[in-house]
Amino acid sequence: MTAMRTITYREAVREALREAMARDERVFLMGEDVGRYGGAYACSKGLIEEFGEERVRDTPLSEAGFTGAGIGAALGGMRPIVEIMTVNFSLLALDQIVNTAATLRHMSGGQMSVPLVIRMATGAGRQLAAQHSHSLECWFAHVPGLRVVSPATVADARGMLWTALEDPDPVVIFEHAALYNDEGEVSAEGDLARDLDRAAVRRSGEDVSIITYSGSLKKALTAADTLSAEGIDSEVIDLRSIRPLDNETILTSVAKTKRAVIVDEGWRTGGLSAEIAARISELRFYDLDAPVERVCSVEVPIPYPRHLETAATPQPDGIMTAVHRTLRR
Amino acid sequence: MSRAEDGRVHLTREHALELLRRMMLIRSFEEKCAELYTQEKIRGFLHLYIGEEANAVGVMQALEPEDAIVATYREHGHALARGISASAVMAEMYGKASGSSRGRGGSMHIYDAGHRFYGGNAIVGGGLPLAVGLALADKMQGLTRVTCCFFGEGAAAEGEFHESMNLAALWKLPVLFVCENNGYAMGTALSRSESNPDIAAHAAVFGMPADVVDGMNVVDVEAAARRAAKAVRAGEGPRFIESKTYRFRAHSMFDAELYRDKSEVEEWKKRGPVIRFTKWLLDTGTAHESDIEAIEREVETIVGDAVTFAEAAPWEPVDDLTRDVMSPAKGAVR
Repeated sequence: MTAMRTITYREAVREALREAMARDERVFLMGEDVGRYGGAYACSKGLIEEFGEERVRDTPLSEAGFTGAGIGAALGGMRPIVEIMTVNFSLLALDQIVNTAATLRHMSGGQMSVPLVIRMATGAGRQLAAQHSHSLECWFAHVPGLRVVSPATVADARGMLWTALEDPDPVVIFEHAALYNDEGEVSAEGDLARDLDRAAVRRSGEDVSIITYSGSLKKALTAADTLSAEGIDSEVIDLRSIRPLDNETILTSVAKTKRAVIVDEGWRTGGLSAEIAARISELRFYDLDAPVERVCSVEVPIPYPRHLETAATPQPDGIMTAVHRTLRR
Repeated sequence: MSRAEDGRVHLTREHALELLRRMMLIRSFEEKCAELYTQEKIRGFLHLYIGEEANAVGVMQALEPEDAIVATYREHGHALARGISASAVMAEMYGKASGSSRGRGGSMHIYDAGHRFYGGNAIVGGGLPLAVGLALADKMQGLTRVTCCFFGEGAAAEGEFHESMNLAALWKLPVLFVCENNGYAMGTALSRSESNPDIAAHAAVFGMPADVVDGMNVVDVEAAARRAAKAVRAGEGPRFIESKTYRFRAHSMFDAELYRDKSEVEEWKKRGPVIRFTKWLLDTGTAHESDIEAIEREVETIVGDAVTFAEAAPWEPVDDLTRDVMSPAKGAVR
């Protein structure tokens, strides 16, 4: 029996950073306010005292510059972790991520590896309005050459970083900003949730597959609990990896339940939910008993007031409504 | 040899002929590429280095095998000057599997890990952050290596240029920035795109020592590069060279050159790096006509062999299309 303990998502990220730097001297953290300030979301608080300012490296406000420097440092033998404050700011570094990090291995004929990890906050729920709240994971998931993961649980936030650092290719880790204060259980040691490859079935069920990731997972689980009281048995799948997608887990579940509801905090148009729905229709069309449903953010820039922010993003009520539609209830 | 540590270039006959040989190899290679382009052997964009040879050849004299190079999409000359074989570069032009990047990159994306040659970057300014990172890795690992980053004056208008210059200066990183100022960002003259066309002045903003050099004079370029590389290697932080140069050919093979006068091109050609250095060698008696002719024959042979090699080289099998998108350990995306 493995001893378990309860920590927050933020503490899990910090422990993972500390573990990585202690294990491998090539690992260093670089980004805006990661050092003296302790990280915009306090994930790296205390690390500069422990590891020094060379390895917990405050950068100027130069997303393209320091992200590109992370790529160069990875090429040069280091294992950098670049922190970008929010996905919205990462747009300033898209050139380096998409044109360089993602292309180098293939374009160089396999000569160059970019073992870089980029962490960034994503998502709404903190009333930060339209330049700090978007969910653009699918932009990155679109790009061959990148691996994209999204820890939705404290255990995954604790475990995924090390695996990402061992990967010879660039890995982008999305941490949902609304999860940092959440508490959860992690193993005391040893069998941490290291794997990046597979989706996880967070709740088993027979009637409908709710497929989600990141900050929407707990909303899906809340909806599933309420539905359970009505006698509807939902299976909830946490994608964990959004590039590559774990087709097998998704399709096995849909083949069983014959109904799918995809919950994605990204927008509907051209989004991750569209990709998953397409795969289900391509590969499990004849198993379906109902059209695939999607619960996505409303197609507006995320607004500041609480009631509008809530209305703009997926919520348990909307998930339940979609499940009811698949069951024609 | 010209290995003076004070940065002065002591031109022995041997070294002078080596500089000429490398410039003439690039010239001959590029002229052959233009010819092959008209034969449709080379496709896509093709940016020729003709007129700018003294820059790559001069700077490379100051670099050691362990140093790193980041170049631009006009990088055939840098690759050849670095010592990457003409055959591997030519096969890359063809898109053949024996090319330096397995043919996947083409003219704009030459890579060679063994020569620490990191492209071949077709995003203007995109290579500068990469160079900063390579230098950061060296500094953090206690290695006294130089990362040399070539870019054009057009890059000075990009945010990545300013971000990278700031980072390199802030962290005192061992980067040698070399701006090849050929006066035109594609078809836009420097005076039409920069509020301050004095590129070297940009370095001063970051407290970075800068040198302005005649980029049509290989000896001057070498001397400036030696001084700068010596300082960088000594841990004095980044250095900047602005090399004033000119491309004799169009920006790419698609360019009708409507933005500059033919007379301007002809004036610069009179100061061409090969013609002027050759004349100097002959006038001073450092070389004889027979030396020049021997080099001409030598580089023609190298380029001819490169074409033969590229013609005979295999295409990458279509089955390998998705190879190396991710590392083999991870396999292809499902």
